[in-house]
Amino acid sequence: MSTHFKKKAKTKQEIPMASLPDIIFMLLIFFMVTTVLREQTVQVRTVLPQAEAISKIEQKRLVSYIWIGPMKLENNRLGETAVQIDDALIEDVGTIRTVMYRKLVEQPRLIVSLRVDETSEMGKVLDVQQELREANTLRINYSTKRQLAN
Amino acid sequence: MGKLLQKRGRTEAEIPMSSMADIAFLLLIFFLVTTTIDVDTGIGMVLPPKLEEDVEPPPIKERNVLKILVNEQGMVLVEDEPSSVQLIRNLVTTHVLNYGQDPRYSESPGQALVSIKTSRETPYNAYVDVLDEVWMGYFEMWDSEARSLGYENYAQYVDVVVDGQDAPNAIREKIKAQISIAEPDQN
Repeated sequence: MSTHFKKKAKTKQEIPMASLPDIIFMLLIFFMVTTVLREQTVQVRTVLPQAEAISKIEQKRLVSYIWIGPMKLENNRLGETAVQIDDALIEDVGTIRTVMYRKLVEQPRLIVSLRVDETSEMGKVLDVQQELREANTLRINYSTKRQLAN
Repeated sequence: MGKLLQKRGRTEAEIPMSSMADIAFLLLIFFLVTTTIDVDTGIGMVLPPKLEEDVEPPPIKERNVLKILVNEQGMVLVEDEPSSVQLIRNLVTTHVLNYGQDPRYSESPGQALVSIKTSRETPYNAYVDVLDEVWMGYFEMWDSEARSLGYENYAQYVDVVVDGQDAPNAIREKIKAQISIAEPDQN
């Protein structure tokens, strides 16, 4: 028995380190390949206004965006003011309530971030807000840039 | 010549592989540090819930409301008097911290209300400028309130008391930010 133990103690118990770089590279490549940055092509121009009294939204997964701004057309021309939610332009403002209500059911603590172009008129924004009240998605956030010191 | 070729074939050219792990780690750390997921910043608001058809909105005394009107050109009217965006901040603080002294302003911070009304043609950035100034008025009041409690500023108060101890925000309870966004007139 004792000889048996002695033999075991003599053997080197080392994990081979040679394959470590390969493992790390594999991990790196795996994450590089699988990471999908959800890309939404914004079809309206949104130059955000600047503000001082701003706060950060910590929980990004609660946020849903609504874009309001002039439509981007060919040759850098701008069209009429349009509303976009996710990937689609909203033709009829009245449909926003059902879209947003469905989102609220999925995420009860939903925050709606309004990314509105600074040249847009308030009428459209107020219409959208009215729809949000109908859908009971009451937490909103006017997306703004940090004001640069004058 | 033949001998030289043979010798070349025999020598094994090897790149040292032991530092590969370090290089990979460095790359990984570099990308971890430099990747910034852009944070969304903005002015947070809570919309009022939808009004029931047969329920009357609660009565509010005229003096407790600071009415701000923004027109199509971005010009500002506060309490029916022409004003400017820069003046709003101080008007909000005097309105909220009036404690019933001046009959034109509010009775108490708890009852004070700021109403922003725009027309349908008002540009969005004029509205945001006004809203920003109103919020800055509240932030200034919260800052001075926090200083009187012995904190550096309101942000520190929130960090230490509200987030640290999970306590209710006493400053915001005292000076409530009550901002209402009024519907434009139909005509």
